[in-house]
Amino acid sequence: MSKKLFAILTIVIIASFILPACGGGAGGGTIKIGLLAPLSGQVPTFGISTKEGAEMAVKEWNDKGGVLGKKIELVVGDSQCSADPAVNAANKLIDQDGVKFIVGEVCSSASIPVSEIVNQKKVVQISPTSTNAGVTVDKDGKVKPFTFRACFIDPFQGLVMAKFAAGKGFKTAFVMYDQGNDYTRGLAEAFEKSFTELGGQVVGKETYTAQDTDFSAILTKVGDSKAEVLYLPDYYNIVNLVGAQAKDKGITAVMMGGDGWDSADLDVKASDGGFYSNHYDPGDTRPIVVEWLKKYGAAYKDDKGQPKVPDALATLAYDATNLLIAAIQKAATEDTTKVAEALAAISWEGVSGKVTFDAQHNPIKAAAVIGVAGGNKTFVESVAP
Amino acid sequence: MNAAINQKPSLIETVIRKRLLGKGFLTAVAILAVWKLVASFLAGPTIFMQQVVNGFQLGFVYALIALGYTMVYGIVRLINFAHGDVFMVGAFASYYAIARFGLNSWPSRVFPGLPVWLSSAIGVITVIVVSMLACALLAFIIERIAYKPLRTAPRISALITAIGVSFFLEYFGALPMAFGPNFVTYQRPFEVVNWVISTSGIVALKPGQAPPDNTLILSNISLYIIIISLLLLFFLNFIVRRTRVGKAMRATAYDKPTSRLMGINVDGIISVTFAIGAALAGAAGVLYATAFPQVYFVMGIIPGLKAFVAAVLGGIGSIPGALIGALIIGEAEVLSAAYISTPMRDAVAFTILVLVLLVRPTGIFGEPSREKA
Repeated sequence: MSKKLFAILTIVIIASFILPACGGGAGGGTIKIGLLAPLSGQVPTFGISTKEGAEMAVKEWNDKGGVLGKKIELVVGDSQCSADPAVNAANKLIDQDGVKFIVGEVCSSASIPVSEIVNQKKVVQISPTSTNAGVTVDKDGKVKPFTFRACFIDPFQGLVMAKFAAGKGFKTAFVMYDQGNDYTRGLAEAFEKSFTELGGQVVGKETYTAQDTDFSAILTKVGDSKAEVLYLPDYYNIVNLVGAQAKDKGITAVMMGGDGWDSADLDVKASDGGFYSNHYDPGDTRPIVVEWLKKYGAAYKDDKGQPKVPDALATLAYDATNLLIAAIQKAATEDTTKVAEALAAISWEGVSGKVTFDAQHNPIKAAAVIGVAGGNKTFVESVAP
Repeated sequence: MNAAINQKPSLIETVIRKRLLGKGFLTAVAILAVWKLVASFLAGPTIFMQQVVNGFQLGFVYALIALGYTMVYGIVRLINFAHGDVFMVGAFASYYAIARFGLNSWPSRVFPGLPVWLSSAIGVITVIVVSMLACALLAFIIERIAYKPLRTAPRISALITAIGVSFFLEYFGALPMAFGPNFVTYQRPFEVVNWVISTSGIVALKPGQAPPDNTLILSNISLYIIIISLLLLFFLNFIVRRTRVGKAMRATAYDKPTSRLMGINVDGIISVTFAIGAALAGAAGVLYATAFPQVYFVMGIIPGLKAFVAAVLGGIGSIPGALIGALIIGEAEVLSAAYISTPMRDAVAFTILVLVLLVRPTGIFGEPSREKA
């Protein structure tokens, strides 16, 4: 009985692999692009933004006549920001729908297992927002040939902020970071390295733990060091605490940080006068950003019927999809090896900045610097590495 | 057998019996700490003084929390682990009083003619009193529901119940209908003013102005914490030493059955003790949130543990001990963060606890334990 069942199951499984693959591979009229986005699960808003951004890009290419003389078809898989559903969705896209190009996933924890599959099956993958270094590089430090990403990785923000600080004429900086958090450590180390290379001096470096609330001892040292910049690349809750206590101690150093500050709960009074880096900001005045805001607002409305302002997820999904299609056009073929080579060598003006890829398939592009002043968070400038 | 008793004790036996190893280790640590402190003071006297002020600010808040632990332990021999969470509720109560109801500014609304310092002082005191009352009420309810039915049960049952109450307060607080699971930015009840103290006198610092070299910075927050704490400590001392309730509390702590025979309402006195301890924790919550302006549902755990260490260090059950212990812990924490390394601060605080338990289990002011007599 069980042997029979096993045999039937095997046939069904083999059939399910072979039959649709034939159909998908032969479908000549369109080029299929798969999208892996968390449309359900814990972060569905991420998935919706990502889907909207990717759809915008596909629609624009199709309005211009598609790519390689074919229309583009977007096939969406719900990957739930989680490893197993993402792997299942990716297998379905590749084996059943015959997709050879994938945009996704949003979360690093899902993008990494998907990257294993696509590199086995020679499918080109570009993740819009996964920042973990392991997405494009395997455990032995070897670059995965078919996997790319459209966002910069964490330490990159430290470099950008060091450049911004040096550009403002600051000579001395004090660095504070959470010793138990890879994100803040990565940013802090990159900042220190770049700031020193640019001729600045890191006059003090202190660590703390995420449970600390009393920063008086460290801040007394910051005041004593006379540093002009206080680099604090942590999340908004720590920034709120440190910022308020720094003001109590009469510290005038300019606070700077990374995209962990990007929250509606950032205390604009405590972080007043500070600057932080982010992937993109709707206040950017480059024409491509202004046009993107207009197009997106016209296509999508929020709950109140107002034009929606695209967030970083939608913007990066738009850029990632555009990059992928541009690479197909540049390669002038659907052969995935050639497309991956074309993507690695591409230079593309995206909404989030002009993108080229480094040897690890991470984009080299500008970051937005946002300033906090008088209770408002406003775009200051775009800093290229 | 007799021969063994008459024999002169060997060196090893003496060392074990008199706890010489522990004492020697403690002395070595103390000498090292004093040497390090003197060296740091000589290296930068103003910075050192500034760090000492930082330590006092923290220590006085710990003292208010530690008093609650010590009072409850002194009377019912229960380590009330929910105390840190009562502190959290006090901080949230003041947050709502300030942010939702604007209680800190009522005097300036009702009596616009009052000078600013007076109306803000009255407003701040109102906020503190509201928090203290809220916490006292909460502790009264907790005591009636969770602890009173266990008065005759083994002490371990009450201890476990206290841990249960602690988790209940934390995760009930995390519900969206209560305080919510987010970090909430606390609105201070008054504007911060910094003063610069130097040899040439005291000057107020303008916002955004950098303090000159070699000066001590004192903010009104430090003063506020130290003054309010001292007032509450004197008030507590007055209640315990000079009132009938205080006398009844001391009698209950000494001998419950006899106190009951003498006509003291022992259950009532225990409730009052819980309420007073919780009221102090509530005040501590307001002071802590003013100094470190962020409130969230598990904010009470770490300060609660530190205050517990302070109470044990000072001698649990002793009121002056709680104050001295808390000031030592506050200073130890800030000075080790300043002169050893920041991540060491918690390690130092809890190492002190272990050393005290090893060498002098009753703490600095503690009564010698009766089991040994």
